[in-house]
Amino acid sequence: MEQWQDQGIVLSARPHGENGAVVSVLTENYGRHAGYVRGGQSSRNRGALQPGNLVGARWSSRVADQLGTFMLEQDRNLAAGCMDDALRLGALLSACALCDAALPEREAHPGLFHGLQALLENMDSDIWGAAYVMWEVALLKELGFALNLSRCAGGGDAAALEWISPKTGHAVSREKGAPYQDKLLSLPAFLKPDRGDTSDEEVFTGLRMTFHFLEHWVFNHHSRGIPEQRLRFHERFARHIGHLTAKEGILSDGTQG
Amino acid sequence: MAQQRGPLDSLIKALTGLPGLGPRSARRIALHLVMNRGKVMEPLVAALEETARSVKICNACGNIDVCDPCRICADVRRDARFLCVVAGVADLWAVERTGAYKGKYHVLGGLLSALDGVGPDDLRIAALPDRVRNAQAQEVILALSATVDGQATAHYLTDRMASAIPGVKISRLAHGVPVGGELDYLDDGTIATALKSRAAL
Repeated sequence: MEQWQDQGIVLSARPHGENGAVVSVLTENYGRHAGYVRGGQSSRNRGALQPGNLVGARWSSRVADQLGTFMLEQDRNLAAGCMDDALRLGALLSACALCDAALPEREAHPGLFHGLQALLENMDSDIWGAAYVMWEVALLKELGFALNLSRCAGGGDAAALEWISPKTGHAVSREKGAPYQDKLLSLPAFLKPDRGDTSDEEVFTGLRMTFHFLEHWVFNHHSRGIPEQRLRFHERFARHIGHLTAKEGILSDGTQG
Repeated sequence: MAQQRGPLDSLIKALTGLPGLGPRSARRIALHLVMNRGKVMEPLVAALEETARSVKICNACGNIDVCDPCRICADVRRDARFLCVVAGVADLWAVERTGAYKGKYHVLGGLLSALDGVGPDDLRIAALPDRVRNAQAQEVILALSATVDGQATAHYLTDRMASAIPGVKISRLAHGVPVGGELDYLDDGTIATALKSRAAL
């Protein structure tokens, strides 16, 4: 009998059979792990299975390769704090969906688990947007696509980083990048060496930057592409700051403007 | 056990497809029906036939009734200034049971869920702005579940309606302590939400 116990964050739950659910959880020591929850669709258990909730997870299975069964006990209801705010709820759903779609199953990523927990616990802070972008940068790094934001790829001034190369993910200084600025991605102020402001415009600059790398590096070979939750969050944020362009209206349901 | 054949087997198979019933329960029910033909089976058959023949889905709101438009949509005593948006017919029945709401309804037919592949085109969302406009409703009440999917759908509807029908008040049901609920037994998320939505006395 295989079994373990750990804390985790619910990423998704889909109905299975009449009463059960297959739940995907990001655990601290066992990574993204799925399991069957008996009675997962019941009104008693459904509340604990909301994406973003912190749970105590006990997994057991006869054989390690099987789906196995989860016993989940709600620890903290982190999703409830975001429900009133469309942007925060969008960010929560996006973060959970990205983990669910991008992380390999049963591979431990304790750093990412703690990062996601910290992000969800601080969604009521003023800098939640910048924290979200930084979490996506950490996700890229965890998946093997680290961005180099500490020095200029062209040998320029490391204290005056302004852009990032969409091909290499290396930062470029203001002086060295000026001739190519229409081909480079803007670096949000809070990721520059002097840690500038975290306004909504800067957060959106960061979201565009991470979106590019998620799209071209992480989800390039995924048949389903970037999760819809991430697209919807991007579009909602663009609408929030009034920067919705044709390119940002990326959903197929015609919800632009 | 001897293998069942013919109509009884078909009946058991049909019953097995119903929610909450497995093959064993289906066999028990089929046997009960056959043994109580006049008292249970024939009235049940008549009720099923009548329901299949007469029940329709209301084209206006998505409710189910024996007439189209349904009796709620056709009732002139209903206050057309209020439109209550619910996910399913079961939710409509739940609101109706309270007797506290006298407006009209709009049944979406589900909630947005990327995981289950339910998008805006799969729900009765496109018709909602026209309904609000035609009925000259002044307030749209989003009576959707206090779940992540329910609230994501509510925010999506708010965005859609804010641009399509500006000036119409959009509200949602309160979240927090249930009537008869004791704080000690509530989860932290519910108490936090209730604190956020506190009302002055």
